[in-house]
Amino acid sequence: MSDNASLRTPSQRIAWTATIIVSTLVFIFLIAPILAIVPLSFSSGSYLTYPLPGLSLRWYDDFINSPRWMNSLKNSMIIGVASTLLSMVLGTLAALGLAQWKSRFKPLVLAFVLSPVVVPGVITAVGLYFFFAPIGLTGSYLGLILAHTALATPFVVITVSATLQSFDTNLARAAASLGASPVDAFRRVILPLILPGLASGALFAFATSFDEVVIVLFMAGPEQRTLPREMFSGIRENISPTITAAAVILTTVSVILLATLEGLRRRNERLKGGSA
Amino acid sequence: MLRSLQKATRDCHSQNGEKCPVTMGLPMTAASSTGADARTEVPLKRRLRRAERTRQIKALALVVPLLVFLLFTFAGPIAGMLWRSVDDREVRRVLPQTVAALAAWDGKDLPDEKAYAALASDILAARASGTIAIAAKRLNYALNGFRTILTSTARNLKAVPERGAAKETLGKINPAWRERTTWTTIKDAGGPVTGFYLLAALDLTRNVEGAIVASPPDQAIYRDVFARTFLISLGVTALCLMLGFPVAYLLAALPPGRSNLLMIFVLLPFWTSLLVRTCAWIVLLQSKGVVNDSLLWLGIIDEPLRLIYNRFGVCVAMTHVLLPFMILPLYSSMKAISPAYMRAAASLGAPPVAAFLRIYLPQTLPGIGAGSLLVFILALGYYITPALVGGAADQMISYFIALYTTETANWGLASALGAVLLLATILLALVYGKLVQGQQVTGGMKN
Repeated sequence: MSDNASLRTPSQRIAWTATIIVSTLVFIFLIAPILAIVPLSFSSGSYLTYPLPGLSLRWYDDFINSPRWMNSLKNSMIIGVASTLLSMVLGTLAALGLAQWKSRFKPLVLAFVLSPVVVPGVITAVGLYFFFAPIGLTGSYLGLILAHTALATPFVVITVSATLQSFDTNLARAAASLGASPVDAFRRVILPLILPGLASGALFAFATSFDEVVIVLFMAGPEQRTLPREMFSGIRENISPTITAAAVILTTVSVILLATLEGLRRRNERLKGGSA
Repeated sequence: MLRSLQKATRDCHSQNGEKCPVTMGLPMTAASSTGADARTEVPLKRRLRRAERTRQIKALALVVPLLVFLLFTFAGPIAGMLWRSVDDREVRRVLPQTVAALAAWDGKDLPDEKAYAALASDILAARASGTIAIAAKRLNYALNGFRTILTSTARNLKAVPERGAAKETLGKINPAWRERTTWTTIKDAGGPVTGFYLLAALDLTRNVEGAIVASPPDQAIYRDVFARTFLISLGVTALCLMLGFPVAYLLAALPPGRSNLLMIFVLLPFWTSLLVRTCAWIVLLQSKGVVNDSLLWLGIIDEPLRLIYNRFGVCVAMTHVLLPFMILPLYSSMKAISPAYMRAAASLGAPPVAAFLRIYLPQTLPGIGAGSLLVFILALGYYITPALVGGAADQMISYFIALYTTETANWGLASALGAVLLLATILLALVYGKLVQGQQVTGGMKN
């Protein structure tokens, strides 16, 4: 549709212009709210309105010097990293197994493995709340890490499976025929090739845990509150500019994750393009 | 190293696609067996099959850790929740003799003296162990005011009534014991399983005769909540489709370089924390927020509009959050449509509108279906956004599930509402699965 040759008639030109105008408005709708709170976090006043009375870093200062916010950032990191590691191990093993496993039950198993993504957060959270409370896993880091791992692992399975699909399994067979033990073949042939896929999986897993709030709402004690959880109560009580500072910090993390992922994707495409 | 490996495997690949490592291990046997008699062929086939079976078991062994893990952290908890929606053992635990005595009661007249005596003895025992409140809470769900009946009886019952006087004693303490409803309530709550919570979640209850009837109006709120959840989800899905379709069309039509750049506008919000986006909308839409200030400054309005903590705010914020889930599957389905179809339609004389409606649109239907279902499924279970930007009349089903779990601790009802929501989600997810089967739609996942 984009080439000018197909835009011959006036009505087509009008339709194309309308598409561009509507899309631009939608892009503004999508991005403006996120951009709007960035300047507010640098405001020197305590009202969340424009025009800004002046610029300052006082709300970031507030964030850094608040034990509550810093503790929540630390908790988010601990839980995020731990559940990423755990979901990477479980998810990668499962993806490797699923790639070789042939059975008519495979779609069923796959559906089960992916179901934590589809089931509403509240249902998972309520179930875990009932299930973990009697065994002392509510109000503990371990409980949150286990719960976040369950939510994050499907993303690892999906990304790693997608990478394995484009992976030439004959390479592993060749390694085996040349005398490599299965562990050696995995470490020296398979792993280097699927590493970008693993990295994307890890990013998805981390983002899932870092963004999760419903389960934390149900299961975390005051000690385990994560950054989104702290934001949730902050928004409930009163929106102070410190929350906008926290939001900008969270968004920065998202941008870094997205940029890394995009870089991995580009690299992967380049590699594919080079070998073809 | 890799090059040579690739070359080696290519040769192997041409011989035998599937069982390469096995045949490579046995090239001689395989070659000689073709001309040999059947006796050497059978063991070879068996060995192949055995090797394949070992491989399959090893493959399955890699999946098992995750399955066990999910059983513990996901399936188990959800099964536990479903069990709680029918579990009804509180009254049976606190008033065991009463429940046993009522088992044989036909429910037509008042129960006999034996049941009264059992109740009196149960109440005294429960008062001693401090468990009256557990039974009172459960019975109060079924019959408003039961808590008072039970606690007042427990308070005023001094000792075990004399033989044959239990009926009279209890009736004197609280006249409610002379009513049939009081006793049918206990019998119905006797467990061990009940349909009470599931019925309540659908605004239904059992009357004295045991027939299923509509709940009293003051308790019949859940059909409204489900209808509201459904309507909000439907509205958000429609908004996402209307806003997402032109964007997906534009992205699919532009050359890759420019569409990749514009894709950032879709992916950045997608990756931004839900809390950040919800917070942003509150900052924008509140009465002294950016939108109201701008409109006032421009002179379009004279006083701030109420844009948040109502249905409008919920729909705007949810549409913002879910829009990428619509755009991405739409984009991938549109990307797969060859422009040749439209050119062919044009060259055959179809006017642009007709070509769009009859050639292009039908081909995007799978994408529309997948995107809409995905958005709808996600919207159904939404909790955070309505809880933060909605008013009391905009809360969706998830809010009530959370409320009954953490605030009022009515776990049976919370579980029953959860079970209904889960059922709806699973049914829709099955349709979604059928729809995207064999289709390269990855919209459900973050890529």
